Amino acid sequence: MTELAKSARNRMQMFERLGSPFAALGSGALRGIADLVDIVMHPIQRRLGIQRMAYVFVLPNLLIFGIFILFPMLLNFYYALTGGTQLLPANRPFVGMANFEQLFSCGNFLDPNTCDEDLFWRAVWNTSGFVVLQVGFMILISLVTALALNRRIVLRGFFRSVFFYPVLLSPVVVALIWKWILQENGVLNALLVSLGGDRQPFLLSADWARFWVVVISIWAQMGFFTLILLAGLQAIPAELYEAASIDGANQWRSFRSITLPLLRPTMLVVVVLAVIRAVQVFDQVYAFTGGGPGTSTLYMVQYIFRRAFTDQTHLYGLAAAASVVLGGVLLVLTLIQLRTESTSSLS
Amino acid sequence: MLRFLTRTRHPGRFGLTDALTYVFLIVGTFIMFGPVLWLVMSSFKDRAELVRFPPRFLPYSQETVVVEGYNDPLPLFNVTLENGETRQLAQVRRVGLEAQMIDPANPEEIIRVNINDRTPIETVRFSLDNYLRGIQSFPFLTYLRNSLVVTIAATALTLLINSMAAFALSKYQFRGRDAIFLITIGTLMIPLSVILVPVFLVITEVGWNNNLLGVIVPGAATPTGVFLLRQYMLTIPDELIDSARIDGASEWRIYLQIILPLARPALAVLTIFSIMWRWNDFLWPLIVLSRNELFTLQVGLNSFQGELQVQWDLILAMTVLTLLPITLVFGFLQRYITTGIATTGMK
Repeated sequence: MTELAKSARNRMQMFERLGSPFAALGSGALRGIADLVDIVMHPIQRRLGIQRMAYVFVLPNLLIFGIFILFPMLLNFYYALTGGTQLLPANRPFVGMANFEQLFSCGNFLDPNTCDEDLFWRAVWNTSGFVVLQVGFMILISLVTALALNRRIVLRGFFRSVFFYPVLLSPVVVALIWKWILQENGVLNALLVSLGGDRQPFLLSADWARFWVVVISIWAQMGFFTLILLAGLQAIPAELYEAASIDGANQWRSFRSITLPLLRPTMLVVVVLAVIRAVQVFDQVYAFTGGGPGTSTLYMVQYIFRRAFTDQTHLYGLAAAASVVLGGVLLVLTLIQLRTESTSSLS
Repeated sequence: MLRFLTRTRHPGRFGLTDALTYVFLIVGTFIMFGPVLWLVMSSFKDRAELVRFPPRFLPYSQETVVVEGYNDPLPLFNVTLENGETRQLAQVRRVGLEAQMIDPANPEEIIRVNINDRTPIETVRFSLDNYLRGIQSFPFLTYLRNSLVVTIAATALTLLINSMAAFALSKYQFRGRDAIFLITIGTLMIPLSVILVPVFLVITEVGWNNNLLGVIVPGAATPTGVFLLRQYMLTIPDELIDSARIDGASEWRIYLQIILPLARPALAVLTIFSIMWRWNDFLWPLIVLSRNELFTLQVGLNSFQGELQVQWDLILAMTVLTLLPITLVFGFLQRYITTGIATTGMK
C-alpha cells in the first residue's frame, strides 16, 4: 500500500495548503453531479441523520451481493439436497443426502471405475494431479524469475513486463495460441522433426494433453506470482545482505540464511493463492482440450458445468453437491490463507 | 554504451551469475513473447502457407500474374529449362508430375516442365486478407460490441457501487457494519464457479437469460473491489470529512467531491482489474448467453474454433484482434498494472 498511501498524503498536503477542501474541488463535473444528487438525497439525509446515510451508500452493493452471491450460496445447499432435472426449486423432490451418497459411493476411491459417479472421481484425481504439478513447478519458476528480476540488471522494467504480459491474455486466446503451436503441422512438431525426432500427437494423446495443460497454465499465470514474490524480495532490507557480505557470506549462503527465511510468509500466501486458483481451473482448459481426449483433462469445475448445463439431462442436484464439496475445499484453503496472512503480518 | 550494458552490482565485475541471469531473462522473453509473435506472424499468411510443413516464420506468399485469357491470376515459378536456362513462367495447370507453364509475355505457347524443375517465386507479404474475410464470416463486430458494452457497463457499475459501499464501511459507525465487512472478506475467495446452478436460477427468474444484463450485474458487487477501496479510504483522514460537514456539505457531496477524488489511485487500480476481468470473462457469459448475436468475443471465438472444420486462417486473425485491445491497454498502463498488483496482491 505504500505507493497508494504516499499519493494520499500528497493530496492531503495540497488540501491543507488550500485551506478548505472545496477550494480544490469547487468546480467541475463532480460538483454539478453533487448538486443534482443533493436534490434527491438531501431530504433523505434529513430524515435518516448523518450516520444512517451509510445504509444508503452500502445498499446497492449489498443488494446485488445478496441476490447474486449470498442467496445463491445458501440456495446451493438446497439444490444439493434435491433431485430431479427441474431447475425451479419448487419442482424438485427432496432427496436428503442421496446426491452426496452417489458422489461418495466408491469401492475404492483411488480407482474411479469402482465408483457410482466415476466422472466425479476422475475429475477429482485429474484436478489433484494438476494442482500438485502446476503449483509446484509454477512457484519454482516464479521464484527463480523473481530472484533474477531482483538483481541489479538493465531493462528491469521491460523484463518485468515481459513475464507479466501473458497474465492479461484471455483464457480462450491463450488456448488458441498454444493449439496453433502444438497442432500436428505446428511449429513445435517442425522443431522436433528438424532435430531428428518424430512428430508427436500433442493434442490427441492423454499424457501429452495433461502435460501441456500444466505448461500452458504456468505460462499464462506465472507473471502474477512472480510480481508478488518480487514485492516480497524487495521488502527484505538491503542492510542484511551488506552485513552478511561483510561477515564473508557468499551469495548462496545469504540466499539460504536471509532470503529464504524472510520470504517464507510471502511464499505461504503465494502457494495458497496458487492452489485456490488451480483447484478452480476451467476456462483455459475448456477452450484448449475441452476436457479431452476422453476425460483426461476434465477438472472439477468442468464436471459441475457438464452435469448441470451440457449433459442431456440436467443433474442440477449432483452438480450442486459437487459444488458444495469444491466450496468446502476452497473454504479450508481460504482459512489457511487468512491464518498465514495474519501470522505473517504479526511477525 | 558497453559500460552501460555491463553495469552490475559490483562495478567492473561481470560475474557468472550475472551472465546466467541475462541468459535466463532472454530465454524467458523468448518463451513469453514467442508464442504471441508466432500467432501474429501466422495471421498474415495465406492458406497455402498455413498448411506448409515445416512452417516458416515470415508470411511468404507466391507471386502471381494476370495473363490474358485466364480468369484467375496464375502462380509464378522459376523454371530451369532443359538447356540450363532459367525463366520466369506462370503455371496453368499441373498434371501428375508434369506442369503446363506459359511465358506471361507469350501466353500462346505452352511449355511442359517436370514439377521438380520449378521453384515458386515468393515474396514476404503481410496480407490482411484473413482479417477481412474473418470479419465477414465471423460476426466480429457484433461480438466486439457486446464485449465493449459488458466491459464498460460492468466496470462503471462496479466502480460506483463498490466505492459507495467502501465509503460506508470505512467512514461510518452503523449497526451491521462489521457483519457486512466480514461476509465480504469471507466471500473474497468464493468464485461464481462454485455456485453456478443457483445463480443460473436467479438469472432465469429475473429474466436475464440471453440478456447482457445477466452478464454485467451479478459480478459487479466484487468483494475484492470493496476490500481494496475500503483499505484505501481508511487512509483518508476523518478531519477532512468533519470540516466539510461543518461547511455544510451533505454526505453525498462529501462522497462525490472529497472521497472519490482522493481515492483516485485506488479507483484506477480497480478500473484496470475490472476491465481485465470483464474483457476476459468466459465461464459466466458462456452459461448466461446462448444466442449467437449476444456472444461476447471470448465466447464467440471459442464457439468459432469448436466448429467442425477448424478454419485456422480466420481463427488466427480473429484471435489477434481479440488480444489487441488488452495488449494496447497493457502497453499504456503497464506501470500502473504491475505496481497495482504488487501492492494489493490481487488480480
